[in-house]
Amino acid sequence: MSQIAFLGAIEVGLVFALVAFGVFLSFRILDFPDLTVDGSFPLGGAVCATLITFGWNPWLATLAAITAGAMAGGVTAWLNVRLKILHLLASILTMMALYSINLRIMGKPNVALLGEPTVLSVFDTLGVKYYYAAPIGFAVVVIAVAGFLLFFLKSELGLAMRAAGANPHMAKAQGINTGFMIMVGMALSNGLVALAGALFAQSTGNADITMGVGVILVGLASVIGGEALLTPRTILLALLGCILGSILYRLAVATALNTDFLGLQAQDLNLITAALVAMAIVLPTAKRAVFKPAGRP
Amino acid sequence: MIQVSDLHVCFGRGTPLEVYALRGVDLTIPQGQFVTVIGSNGAGKSTLLNAIAGEIQPESGKIVIGHQDVTQAPTHKRAKNVARVFQDPKRGTCETLTLEENLALALARGKRRGLRPAIKSVDNKRFKELVARLGLGLEDRLGDQIGLLSGGQRQAMSLLMATLQPIEILLLDEHTAALDPKTAAFVLELTAEIVEREKLTVLMVTHSMQQALDYGDRTLMLHEGKIIFDIEGEQRQSTTIPDLLKLFETKSGQGLADDSLLLG
Ligand SMILES: Nc1ncnc2c1ncn2[C@@H]1O[C@H](COP(=O)(O)OP(=O)(O)OP(=O)(O)O)[C@@H](O)[C@H]1O
Ligand SMILES: [Mg+2]
Repeated sequence: MSQIAFLGAIEVGLVFALVAFGVFLSFRILDFPDLTVDGSFPLGGAVCATLITFGWNPWLATLAAITAGAMAGGVTAWLNVRLKILHLLASILTMMALYSINLRIMGKPNVALLGEPTVLSVFDTLGVKYYYAAPIGFAVVVIAVAGFLLFFLKSELGLAMRAAGANPHMAKAQGINTGFMIMVGMALSNGLVALAGALFAQSTGNADITMGVGVILVGLASVIGGEALLTPRTILLALLGCILGSILYRLAVATALNTDFLGLQAQDLNLITAALVAMAIVLPTAKRAVFKPAGRP
Repeated sequence: MIQVSDLHVCFGRGTPLEVYALRGVDLTIPQGQFVTVIGSNGAGKSTLLNAIAGEIQPESGKIVIGHQDVTQAPTHKRAKNVARVFQDPKRGTCETLTLEENLALALARGKRRGLRPAIKSVDNKRFKELVARLGLGLEDRLGDQIGLLSGGQRQAMSLLMATLQPIEILLLDEHTAALDPKTAAFVLELTAEIVEREKLTVLMVTHSMQQALDYGDRTLMLHEGKIIFDIEGEQRQSTTIPDLLKLFETKSGQGLADDSLLLG
């Protein structure tokens, strides 16, 4: 693998670490299987790219993307909590609606950001090479977000959210408004996913209506893969697992595509993804079987 | 003080599965009273406790806790005044969280939860002391996930969590039923001890007539959604299990089929 391809894999891996954080919040912390992600990722890209072409400051455009994603997550949560629609179905409804909304926002299936300023433009002024700019910039974002999540999940509110997801009965008996916790958690989760979409659009130079396809699977693969690599006994380990899982997933994809004797091409990406997700799901069981202490059943 | 007046609860109204679980329950529990509740399966005991806690919305009637009418309030809004220990030890504690985190959740009950750290260093010392009082050696395991504890240990923790803060009433729904006899006796003694020390108002459901008479100040029996008798003071003191059975037969007009009430 060339250095550029390697850095490219790290860059995308870091963007998707944010998606993995979002998926970790919904699937693991809230126990809410959320497919909104496939809509909120392109939503982030669409809002950010469109606003930048309108001449907005890229930082503000990114902030607007996060807000839009948080609102999308809030809608899914609201459908579930208030209207009592099954969580999975609620998220599919929002995802469907977002397809139309994203087209409305962009006005066309694709918005290019050629020559427009992005959040990565600061690195130009610093004279950093373009292929280093995104990995460095995104690493800073990922570390900052991980730090925030670590702080949040250990706060009173975060602990209440974890209880609401793990044992709603107990949470209510301890005075926790579980519906409110789901709203906040889902908004946070999808806000992060939209941030990932906004950064992805800015680093690739365009937002596309199809950029969200399969994002949930990639996020889930990263979370599960990370759990298989690091047994997440603490929040810190779980967050590190998300980052590690996401980057390793990208490296695995890049390696598979770069290995000539396999004869794989870019169009085989979905096949590779499916195979890797299946592996990530099976891996924890396999690991347990391999590392089983001797003499125990 | 707890005041329940003319409480009616019906599940699945208008469907073939309609169950009329509470048919006009009136109950006033003064501050500091320990009430035990008996009754056969399906009598409505859990339903009464669920209605007081806010898990079930009654069809009609009124529930006053302290001096507040809470009939319409959701569970989490009543939690400041109402604490519970469930029959299933898994329900009262959050197994993926540590002992310390569970206690922190209970300590914040009824307060605003913000972005301050959930566990402060001052809490740690207090938690250690509180947990040490249980006499189970758990004070050295505050960082362990609570799911690693045995059922009895978890139930003891649930009790501790329920009584960490001042409350108007403690609801116990067969909270020793899932435990082995020795552990059950321990948890029951612990309950009596905490109730005595904190001067709590308690409503305790039990399947054992013996326990119902041995513990607390007042005993009532529910049958088909109604309180069929309610004894306290001297009358209660002189009551034996055969007396209870006779009382049940005369009041309900039927023999007691449920042997389980005799046991224990
Ligand atoms: N959520 C519910 N939906 C429908 N019916 C219910 C529900 N909860 C309780 N019931 C019914 O209401 C009646 C009273 O139930 P409840 O659980 O209060 O009895 P109980 O006195 O606690 O009995 P046990 O001693 O078995 O715990 C029963 O017939 C029960 O089947
Ligand atoms: Mg019951």
